[in-house]
Amino acid sequence: MNWKIEYKNLLLILAGFLACYFLPIGIPRFDNAILEAFHLVKWYAEEHVLLCLIPAFFIAGAIGVFISQAAILKYLGPQANRVLAYGVASVSGTILAVCSCTILPLFAGIYRMGAGLGPAAAFLYAGPAINVLAIILTARILGPEMGIARAVGAVFFSVIIGLLMAFFFRNEEKTEAAAQMVMPEGEAPRPLWQTSVYFAAMIGILVFANWGKPAESTGLWAAVFQAKWWITSGFALAFGVMLVAWFGLRFWQVTVTAVAVAGLALAFPDNPLIPFTAGFIGLSLFTSTDQGEAGAWFASSWTFAKQILPLLLFGVLVAGLLLGRVGHEGIIPSEWVAWAVGGNSLAANFFASFAGAFMYFATLTEVPILQGLIDNGMGKGPALALLLAGPALSLPSMLVINSVIGLKKTAVFVVLVVVMATCSGVLYGMLFG
Amino acid sequence: MKIHVLGPGCAKCTQLAESVAAVATELGIDYELEKVTDFNKIMAFGVMMTPGLVVDDKVKCVGKVPTSSELKEMLK
Repeated sequence: MNWKIEYKNLLLILAGFLACYFLPIGIPRFDNAILEAFHLVKWYAEEHVLLCLIPAFFIAGAIGVFISQAAILKYLGPQANRVLAYGVASVSGTILAVCSCTILPLFAGIYRMGAGLGPAAAFLYAGPAINVLAIILTARILGPEMGIARAVGAVFFSVIIGLLMAFFFRNEEKTEAAAQMVMPEGEAPRPLWQTSVYFAAMIGILVFANWGKPAESTGLWAAVFQAKWWITSGFALAFGVMLVAWFGLRFWQVTVTAVAVAGLALAFPDNPLIPFTAGFIGLSLFTSTDQGEAGAWFASSWTFAKQILPLLLFGVLVAGLLLGRVGHEGIIPSEWVAWAVGGNSLAANFFASFAGAFMYFATLTEVPILQGLIDNGMGKGPALALLLAGPALSLPSMLVINSVIGLKKTAVFVVLVVVMATCSGVLYGMLFG
Repeated sequence: MKIHVLGPGCAKCTQLAESVAAVATELGIDYELEKVTDFNKIMAFGVMMTPGLVVDDKVKCVGKVPTSSELKEMLK
């Protein structure tokens, strides 16, 4: 009996047994929380996966494949214009950081071989914060003001953080670049305007398919809501034309899909989800079998789906268990949430920001957790503070950053993030709370 | 042939390592594969976008996982 190896198995069995033995089933709060977890998952599956996540995966996949990364990296290199470098660093997270683990090597590279500490710090903060999928889901679930505030806050404050980092450490010896930066290949097979229109069409489909019902029944918002599926179809039609004309997809495949979608729309006028889903099934079929760029686009989108859906599912279950839904509590009583992060006090914003900086959020899980917190009484200001500090940092990531830039710079960076997030939260809470 | 696969250990870097090993075996090349996960060493090659593929100390590809045909070209 080899105890040195077997002790781990024993501990696991023991932990499992104790968890089952002391399972609080039968206590109403716990039973309720379990049901809440499943209610929340069902709601997400019904409301958000088909209309919002699937188009978002295709958009994220397209960003990874169709936008030239070499062109962006040029602005972050050692010879780059410093002013431009900050601007590019703060928004390029959307384009360069499509794989979340690419952020740290890029940060290290920009710091040591590229434009320096300032733009590198801006990129480090903005990269995870400006994640395309996260912004889309935030806008969808927590409301467009929160989504926009998150994106704007991330970009704006990343520049400030970068500038402050560069200022605080301006007298540091710049270590000589060990090697020349290697650029990825950057042939752009189509002109920029075509790529832009293509993205605009996809974003149009996403935005209008998800256009929410406004409170008033008159006015511009309501008019758009009435017409939303016509507008979405218009974008979809334009999109289909682009796919054949510019991306070389086969005419008959796109047309069959278009006809199927139109047919289903006529057959099921009250259930737009059916033709919408059929459209995406068709898109998946003819892109996944393509041998060229469209195939790479599908593969990239599929990688996102594989990576994110299980994590999101888990995050939603945990959020439902701990926090419940609107009007239904989970395990955590809402008074605790309201006490800790309710209202818009400096303390509440700081607490949210600080907790967010150290807690680890798997991609996108911050959204259901935040939704639960807000429903339980978290103020809007602290919610934004958590969104700005949470995804950008976590204890594990701080350790890695420390290995690249050292303890002093890491500490300053973390303090700057927490302070910026707190201030943004207070401001946002004052304006929109 | 010395092959380095650069990356901190995410799915793409692992996939690159597997693809490269498969193609090299298929071409019958005598190779040695090393996975580099330390950032300082990755940057020593000049690579900023992982995954990175280095063959005999020459950087062949950064930022994506090449297809098998592209890999065959790079390993010649």
